Amino acid sequence: MKKLALMTAVLALAAGMATAQTVRMGTEGAYPPYNFINDKGEVDGYERELGDKLCAMAGVTCEWVTTDWDSIIPNLLSGNYDTIIAGMSITPERGEVVDFTQNYIPPAGSSYMALKADANTMGRISVQVGTIQADYIASSGATLLEFATLDDTVAAVKNGEADAVFADRDALLPFVEESKGEFVWAGDEVQLGGGVGMALRKTDTELRAKFDAAISTLKADGTINAMIKKWFGDEAVVF
Amino acid sequence: MFADCADPKSLEGLVWFLCYLTTGKQVLFYWSFLTVLTLMAITAPIALGFGFGGALATRSHIAPLRWLGMGYTSMVRGVPDIVFFLFVPVALDQGLEWIRHKTLCPDWTEPVRQGADFVVCAAAKLPLSSSPQSVHQVYGFVLAVVAFSIVFGAFAANVLAGAMQAVPHAQLETAEAYGMSRRQVSRRILIPQMWVYALPGLSNLWMILIKATPLLFLLGVSDIVYWARELGARKSQIYDFPHPDWRLWYFLVLLVFYLAMTRVSEVVLRRVTRRLTRGQATMAGEAMRKAGA
Amino acid sequence: MSCGQIILDYGLRSIGIGAQLLPRGEFSLCHQFTLIGSGLIWNIYFAVLALATGFFAATGLALAKSARARWLRKPAEWFIFLFRGSPLFIQFFLAYEMLVLLPRGGFDIFGMTVATSWLTKAWAGALIVLFLNTAAYSAEIFYGALMAVPKGDIEAADAYGMTGWKKFRWVIWPTMLRLAWPSYTNEAIFLFHATTLVFFSGFPSFQQKGDALYYAKFFADKTFNPFVPYPIAAFYFVLLTLSLIGLFGWVNRRLNRHLPGARPRLRIRPQIIR
Repeated sequence: MKKLALMTAVLALAAGMATAQTVRMGTEGAYPPYNFINDKGEVDGYERELGDKLCAMAGVTCEWVTTDWDSIIPNLLSGNYDTIIAGMSITPERGEVVDFTQNYIPPAGSSYMALKADANTMGRISVQVGTIQADYIASSGATLLEFATLDDTVAAVKNGEADAVFADRDALLPFVEESKGEFVWAGDEVQLGGGVGMALRKTDTELRAKFDAAISTLKADGTINAMIKKWFGDEAVVF
Repeated sequence: MFADCADPKSLEGLVWFLCYLTTGKQVLFYWSFLTVLTLMAITAPIALGFGFGGALATRSHIAPLRWLGMGYTSMVRGVPDIVFFLFVPVALDQGLEWIRHKTLCPDWTEPVRQGADFVVCAAAKLPLSSSPQSVHQVYGFVLAVVAFSIVFGAFAANVLAGAMQAVPHAQLETAEAYGMSRRQVSRRILIPQMWVYALPGLSNLWMILIKATPLLFLLGVSDIVYWARELGARKSQIYDFPHPDWRLWYFLVLLVFYLAMTRVSEVVLRRVTRRLTRGQATMAGEAMRKAGA
Repeated sequence: MSCGQIILDYGLRSIGIGAQLLPRGEFSLCHQFTLIGSGLIWNIYFAVLALATGFFAATGLALAKSARARWLRKPAEWFIFLFRGSPLFIQFFLAYEMLVLLPRGGFDIFGMTVATSWLTKAWAGALIVLFLNTAAYSAEIFYGALMAVPKGDIEAADAYGMTGWKKFRWVIWPTMLRLAWPSYTNEAIFLFHATTLVFFSGFPSFQQKGDALYYAKFFADKTFNPFVPYPIAAFYFVLLTLSLIGLFGWVNRRLNRHLPGARPRLRIRPQIIR
């Protein structure tokens, strides 16, 4: 039965394993370079590296779980895992349901990516369902096309189903860079949300304080900035 | 072969492809086929049990039990199965945790529902949050099995109830005339004879079960559809084996898998039907006897 | 907001009339009933059109499958096997992936441009899949019924000198339909249920226009409470199923009205379901 496994890796970080609290980290696993499943079948990416560091500092044992993006908050609330660490932007609307730690990625731009630079950003825009970008497009008046994953949204642009995709600039960056000119930026960059943070249940205040303190430490000693540069490139916004 | 895979970016052609097909992630995809087969193997007998109970309930002389049976058998006809699949696991999970919460933590005063949170005490969590990931996966899988069993049990109840009615009435009356009680009639006459009537319906049900398994991924089980989507998606240079969007190919593999499954089932079930029909007092049994003679 | 206002805003939201944005922050019972009910328009649209067109295709396929000519029989058998042997979910996904491969600008045929982009939209693409799917399932039902048409009926038609189309139209087809009707009713019911899959695989929803289950899931995700929206969706589908049974029962009575001692009621036991 063990082989029925999702992709996961049990990480024993804290030395005193027997006493350490187990924290289940929920992520999507389909949003490189934030988080993705590498070819070994393990969760990888910026958030994996950061999350493991945070857990070590907070003295808890972390376990990584993946789930579909559109049910990521309901699964947190029903207790399937204890934190969401999945490139989730801090917004007041989400803040009513979950509590965020301070951000571990500074507010960064969202961009349109299309096949040509003069693409109509008020036309058919593909977005991932349940993202802040989806909310933005829904109220901007453009035609909103919803997909379950980021890959689906990009595929929709490639095959002409959508005029442009609207997502976190950092998540689209690899597509632009590797497409050899097929994908280009279009329209203007838009500032949305208050950066990316970890989300926890409102009742888990103690754990949130632990992670908050750990993020503060990593911000102060420059570790986070170095990691952002490592995963998102030298031009990424840092603290 | 595996030693060569250490540096995938330098590989080309067939070697690259062979290495790609043997990555840890691909192996998880192969195992997920076993997940699906396991689900079918476990669900089928449980659903048959549920169906048997449901069918007996519809014939019960106790009215509430009969109504329960009727409600159960007709629910799948009114409501799409996918609604049950989305609903049952969550409801079951929260229901079980609530019961455990009430029994294990009686002195807990806070409400279980706090805003949007569903909060139970740590001891009532299912599975306990300290248990390893494999336990969580097995638990998720069990919830999926239960959801499938409930839905397919209702289908099976329909089939079995129909089969019970198809058993010639004269047989039952004769048994009663011999002084058998209702229970005895059921056990000795009705149930042994109904199977041949139930077989076409049950075969059909097995086919539907096969074809319902792609919905597993909606239940959060990482099945073949989950992996086909994940592996087929376009992979950038951040991965060891970058490739364009291959989902079409992955889904074609799934299509072939399902066609093969249904084909094999068809052939096997036809044989079983022949075997069971032999010597039965039905048209088909009679035709077989004549053909043999 | 009053419930009347909500109905005005969201009653036709699924086809793009009314409020532009889905409700935010407030998810009253009225919201949920209205929006999920509005999504039902799509379920009815898909099911009615697929059944209406699939019916004729199924008749043709059943005849082809029963034909003696190999070139007619084999393709029909393969078509039926392909669509009955694989999950609808996979069919939707593959169909979408293949349809988006068509050239965007359309085909040029004899100087005329045949547009293709509409095919990837759910209203067309998913409808085509559902049409092919129900055609295959119904064809199998009709084929079974065709094989069960009493030999005496055909001999009587021959004795009257009926041939070809006339024999089919007035003797074989009505009997086939009468025999197939209970199973076909089931097929119709389960096709209705199958329409809930459209927005769950492949086909994207435009401007958050979706079917009943799409909105039910929307509410379940927003309110974090599955105990309200799914039962509402279930309630709507029970109503739909009951009216469908009523309608098909009426047709069944008409089909059987010439028979002495005809069963007045349609008995539907899902012995053979899709």
